[in-house]
Amino acid sequence: MDIFIDQFFNIEIMRKSLPLLFKGLWMTLQLCSAVILLGLIGGLFVALGNMSERRWLRWISIAYTDLFRALPPLVLLIFIYAGLPFAGINISPFAAVVIAFLLNNSSYYAEVYRAGLISVAKGQWEAAQSTGLSPAQTLIHVVLPQAVRNILPDLLSNTVEVVKLTSLASVISLSELLYNAGMARSVTYNASPLVLAALFYLVLLWPLVRLVSHFQRRLAA
Amino acid sequence: MANRPMLEIVSLEKRFGTNTILKKIDLKVAEGELVFVIGPSGSGKSTMLRCCNRLEEPTSGDIIVDGRNIMAGTRRDLDSMRLQIGMVFQGFHLYPHMTVLRNVTLAQRKALKRTKAEADARAIDMLEQVGMAHKADAYPGELSGGQQQRVAIARSLALDPKVMLFDEPTSALDPELVGSVLKVMKDLKSKGMTMVVVSHEMGFARETADRVVFMDGGVVVEQGTPEEIFGAPKAERTRAFLSRVSG
Repeated sequence: MDIFIDQFFNIEIMRKSLPLLFKGLWMTLQLCSAVILLGLIGGLFVALGNMSERRWLRWISIAYTDLFRALPPLVLLIFIYAGLPFAGINISPFAAVVIAFLLNNSSYYAEVYRAGLISVAKGQWEAAQSTGLSPAQTLIHVVLPQAVRNILPDLLSNTVEVVKLTSLASVISLSELLYNAGMARSVTYNASPLVLAALFYLVLLWPLVRLVSHFQRRLAA
Repeated sequence: MANRPMLEIVSLEKRFGTNTILKKIDLKVAEGELVFVIGPSGSGKSTMLRCCNRLEEPTSGDIIVDGRNIMAGTRRDLDSMRLQIGMVFQGFHLYPHMTVLRNVTLAQRKALKRTKAEADARAIDMLEQVGMAHKADAYPGELSGGQQQRVAIARSLALDPKVMLFDEPTSALDPELVGSVLKVMKDLKSKGMTMVVVSHEMGFARETADRVVFMDGGVVVEQGTPEEIFGAPKAERTRAFLSRVSG
């Protein structure tokens, strides 16, 4: 039992690895902000393309969402990080992670948005446009607020997935939370830093997961 | 009706694929006139109305509002011309996430670029006109259908339209709520608003309409004063329709 506690819950080692883990957490948060923010914006445009009256725009966005939802994000990441240099394009690990996960996640966000936009009655578009609002104004003031309210749990769920996804960045040695925890483990020959990292993820994600349930219940009511 | 035409529909055609919904419709509505459109379902009357502000895109023809052709011009021109054409829908379509007041001020602020103070004042005026000022802070979900429809009318009126289009405004209402909406429409008529009403409220038509238009199969079959249409319809199809709806 002592060995178990020493190996996984060694407070002294946790304390020592804390600065490194905080650094990793900071990187994880930066990754998440970039991917979530750009994903929320990009996903909206992809969804709008998907619902466009122009056929070629529809086709492009359908191809986009199909392709990047079908490709495993890790494959995408390695392809972009290790493959692009051969094409003469050198990008930082951070950029590679953001691009790979953005392609993946904006596709998921797009599908969520699409469901939300469909859920708003056509009459709302018509009423708004009959009062002289432009299509963009109608979207921003009338349709999107209602759509987002309907899909809030799904948007949040997807956001939780993004945070978890960023741990894959450790594969290309980006010093985010999991990678730094792994570093601390290999230096100390002790798994406690990994347990601490898991705790960090839990603290980060548990409120979000709670919030998803809360919104789901409210929508069901 | 020597007044100038406020709305002119010129050889309006609408096809869906091979299906022709409207066949070269011509209709002139004079300033201050109330034209009441009747006809069996599928006759094209709602489609005609929806073509007047291009919610439905006409296949060919012109729609001229106060001398300006809304079929000409850019997308932005269309938005500004829609400000002059108020529309009231069967399903009200108020914005459920906004208060009554914001429903009435939104387009004033964003499309007409009125200040908040101007828009609020105008909204309260219009809400008073339809008897809904006391519900300015309520949400649409808290209102009855009749109240929602009156707010929807105020939302259109606040933009100072030149023509008001009513697409079966009372068809979704419980019978006891119909009267309040018709009363608002009658007030509007007496204030000189140009109106085109698609509806089945024949009593209202008799009392308020200047002209009744009977449509069937995508054409205007017959038109005339309420007395002429309801009292002595000339066309067989009009007679058949009227005998059906009056039971």
